[in-house]
Amino acid sequence: MSANPFSLWVYLSQQPLLWLTVTLLVYATADALSLATGRHPFANPVFNSMWIIAVFLLLTGTSYTTYFSGAQFVHFLLGPATVALAVPLYENRKVVAAAIVPMLAALVVGCATAIVSVVLLARAFGLPQNVVLSLAPKSVTAGVAMGISESLGADASLTAVAVVLTGIMGAIIVTPMMNRMGITDYRARGFAVGLASHGIGTARAFQVDAVAGVFAGIAMSLNALVTSLLVPLAVTLLVR
Amino acid sequence: MIASLSLILLCQLAGEIAVRAFAWPVPGPVLGMLLLLVLLLLRDRAVLFAQGPLQGGGVENAARGLLAHLSLMFIPAGVGVVQKLDLLAEHGTAIVGVLAISVVITLLVTVATFLVISRMTTRGRSAS
Repeated sequence: MSANPFSLWVYLSQQPLLWLTVTLLVYATADALSLATGRHPFANPVFNSMWIIAVFLLLTGTSYTTYFSGAQFVHFLLGPATVALAVPLYENRKVVAAAIVPMLAALVVGCATAIVSVVLLARAFGLPQNVVLSLAPKSVTAGVAMGISESLGADASLTAVAVVLTGIMGAIIVTPMMNRMGITDYRARGFAVGLASHGIGTARAFQVDAVAGVFAGIAMSLNALVTSLLVPLAVTLLVR
Repeated sequence: MIASLSLILLCQLAGEIAVRAFAWPVPGPVLGMLLLLVLLLLRDRAVLFAQGPLQGGGVENAARGLLAHLSLMFIPAGVGVVQKLDLLAEHGTAIVGVLAISVVITLLVTVATFLVISRMTTRGRSAS
């Protein structure tokens, strides 16, 4: 046993093990809390994990680079998880094929709305050009959005934060909003939240209804495709 | 399990290679997803493909396992907020406001489009 607990901390805080453990432990706790509240929208596990870990890093003076050395193993899984979406898509191909026309229409209109609204609003709020560009791909999943942001010469790490914030806000608001509007078509509800709030919205949709989850997953993957094509176009038309 | 994960990673790898080789403006994992979907559809038509992880629900179970904890995978990127505290102190309210309004507009427009077109197509089908 080390006589000096401080030297033990110095050693551990530089190792991936500690930060991977912290990420999984905080998420497991936040997820248990979410389950205990009956999946209440405000007990969103991503949001709670994010601020708890952020506060912990700030209090211990740990840099994000050090934290990421451990958390990267979790971050890496975003890519394989995107590929894995082929499975729910395949399993629900009949439901999907039956709704193909409304889906494609909602995809094109929704995707354009997501990009144009954020670019116009950001400019109206007087945000700097670099921030506007970084916010443009915020409705697609983190890995994809960061790629788009890099290709635009924007700030990919700001994009990642915008993506996660968008995901959390969409996941929190979707259930109360759709319930209040009396929308009971879970295909439409799921598709909207998957398109607007990518994986975090999809995770939320799976908590509410299986069909909603499937449509959210499809919207998320199709939107990744369409947004990568539309953002450069929209940016050329609206910003430059 | 390992074979199924390898298949998922192989699809992603093939996607990344194709995207770089042809300079397509599509993310590698999305192309990988399309590839896996094609493989799953081919499996039902040709016995040649019904092997290894593509049979007995191997790849399906691995995919479900990954997707069950999709939320977890966004946390490392989200914690990146600690790097942006100065920018958020300056523009935080505007950024959060812009994102919140945009996400509400996007949800409304998408759900409305889906419902309107869905109603139009089913009515068209029952009328004909």
